[in-house]
Amino acid sequence: MNTASSMSIFLNAAIINNFVLAMFLGICPFLGVSNKTDTAMRMGGAVTFVMLVASVCAFGINKVLTWMGAPYLQLIAYIVVIASAVQLVEMIIKKFSPALFRALGIFLPLITTNCAILGLALFQTARQYDFVQSLAFALGAGAGFTLALVLMAGLRERLELSTVSSVVQGAALTLILAGVLSMAFMGFAGMAS
Amino acid sequence: MATPAANLTRKTDIQSADTFIKGLWRENPVFVALLGMCPVLAVTNSVINALAIGLASTFVVTLSSTMVSLAKNVIPKQVRIASYILIIATFVTVTEYMLQALSYDVHKALGAFIPLIVVNCMILGRSEAFASRNSVGLAALDALGMGMGFTLACLSLGTVRELLGNGTLLGIPIFGPSFEPWVIMVLPPGAFFVLGMWLLLFNWFKQRKEAAE
Repeated sequence: MNTASSMSIFLNAAIINNFVLAMFLGICPFLGVSNKTDTAMRMGGAVTFVMLVASVCAFGINKVLTWMGAPYLQLIAYIVVIASAVQLVEMIIKKFSPALFRALGIFLPLITTNCAILGLALFQTARQYDFVQSLAFALGAGAGFTLALVLMAGLRERLELSTVSSVVQGAALTLILAGVLSMAFMGFAGMAS
Repeated sequence: MATPAANLTRKTDIQSADTFIKGLWRENPVFVALLGMCPVLAVTNSVINALAIGLASTFVVTLSSTMVSLAKNVIPKQVRIASYILIIATFVTVTEYMLQALSYDVHKALGAFIPLIVVNCMILGRSEAFASRNSVGLAALDALGMGMGFTLACLSLGTVRELLGNGTLLGIPIFGPSFEPWVIMVLPPGAFFVLGMWLLLFNWFKQRKEAAE
């Protein structure tokens, strides 16, 4: 059993060991959808939402699998259940809140099989978080992802207006920029045990 | 003059060789297609880890592509992606338990990134784009080439990061005792910098080549 407080789990996932910049989870959307701050915000919201759903699912599956004594089914069960749960929630949102669906909807299928989501489920199982701790972890991871994405988008919006040598343009520049951001986040290391 | 039949076999030989080679360089999954970045950045802080994640991914992509190609006529079109993911997840579970038995230390160093091979978009991409429409042999060759290209990319990051960040290669000291390790290279920012620099280098070569033509 893990005894860390929910607040320290939240801060740890959001800032100190940022999901994107320190643990390299969810790099694809981080590089792909970080052109505009507005899109980045909505993507962050959608990811946080899916993370919460995935966290609850993973907690339940883990209980069932431990009861069944079949840990080798963990990976397959996580993927299938999380993907179906997100699909289900997506249909519910579409039915009851079209406005919310328009804001988050297009991202949902994209992020279901994102490594940040599966990584969250695997880490919370490995660290043996209880239910409340898992929720704090999911919220923190989502906040950290949103923070990294929005910061990156802000930087890239500025870069659009400056002249950059054609050799560096594209993915190379984005990665070096991410390296600088990651270095900044290393300043938080050791803030909480 | 060659008979038409001999011509045909030579043509298929060239075709299959190309299927294999294109993954190594021209269509390299990491450097050209920018796929599967998470493991490439996360666990390449030493050569041995880079090799392990590369070979594990190669194993999974080859077996799942072969399997998808074998089952391509059985899988209904509507549920194909879900079926591919199930096939991939099965092979990843096999790999995880195998690695645990072979080398517990490496398994511990790679941590959650072994199960995360499931969501490496390179593997699903090969299943969907190539294995589902080609014969078993070609699918396996293509996947093997892509896997080797992926391993090559992991190694090119792992070598630089271990050399600069630790002063060693495969654990053997290279620079002598007076070398001050460049610690940032084995930490997360180093991964971004080294991959960024590799892409920059390739861009530079490409532009020089285009300018020369």
